[in-house]
Amino acid sequence: MFEYEKKLQYPIKIKKPDAALAKLIITQIGGPDGELGASQRYLSQRYTAPYSEVKGLLTDIGTEELSHIEMVSAILYQLTRGLSIDEIKKSGFDTYFVDHTSAIYPVAASGAPFTATYFQSKGDIITDLTEDMAADAAVRQTRPSLKADMLKDCRASCKIFLDNLQQSTAYMLIFLYLIDRTGPI
Amino acid sequence: MNDLLTAVQMYDFYLKELQLYLDTHPTCADALAAYGEYNDLRKKAYDMYLEKYGPLIPSQAGGKERFSWVDDTWPWERSDD
Repeated sequence: MFEYEKKLQYPIKIKKPDAALAKLIITQIGGPDGELGASQRYLSQRYTAPYSEVKGLLTDIGTEELSHIEMVSAILYQLTRGLSIDEIKKSGFDTYFVDHTSAIYPVAASGAPFTATYFQSKGDIITDLTEDMAADAAVRQTRPSLKADMLKDCRASCKIFLDNLQQSTAYMLIFLYLIDRTGPI
Repeated sequence: MNDLLTAVQMYDFYLKELQLYLDTHPTCADALAAYGEYNDLRKKAYDMYLEKYGPLIPSQAGGKERFSWVDDTWPWERSDD
């Protein structure tokens, strides 16, 4: 079961709204390499994992991804507070705003809504762990491009992306380690 | 900045990462010792936070007239200002 704890995993404090940045960052929730897909990937795969260590790891990483959804949502919420109509139009955020106002809804930066086709759950440990490793490698690729934008205006919240970048690298290595330990295919 | 909350968040983050390591290395004595040690530190900060600021999970919310779980700022609104 899950129980909600009334705190963020890492404090989020955005100093200045920035709708253009929000339009990019939202892909970290609803995009192909976002946190929603990540959480569902690990939490779905864990049931058929053959070893207790892997069941534990997928449960724990999947749960942590749920906390990441909340943090990215908090960033988005704070980035889009108190925007004027003019700011919404100029920033390009209007294409999102017309459908969702400033509410949080999982889409990619391109506007494509979240889809379960972003992940796989196949019931074979090598297949699933290889997908997991690739997924975290993809996060490592997406983050630096966002980081440059974060550095521009939102210094306070940038650190979270730096920390999380190291984390996805660590996850990738954990999955590589498990694939290696699982033995010859 | 709410120092107690920051302390709880720091301990939780460390424990969470340590937990992932222990998932794949469940007999590592050093990691087990660190896990116990930081769990104790976390509990101290956590209890102090609860006493001062209110519940973090619904079962900690008490009171006879009002369910305090719904009070206070929600995490995504929490601000240092």
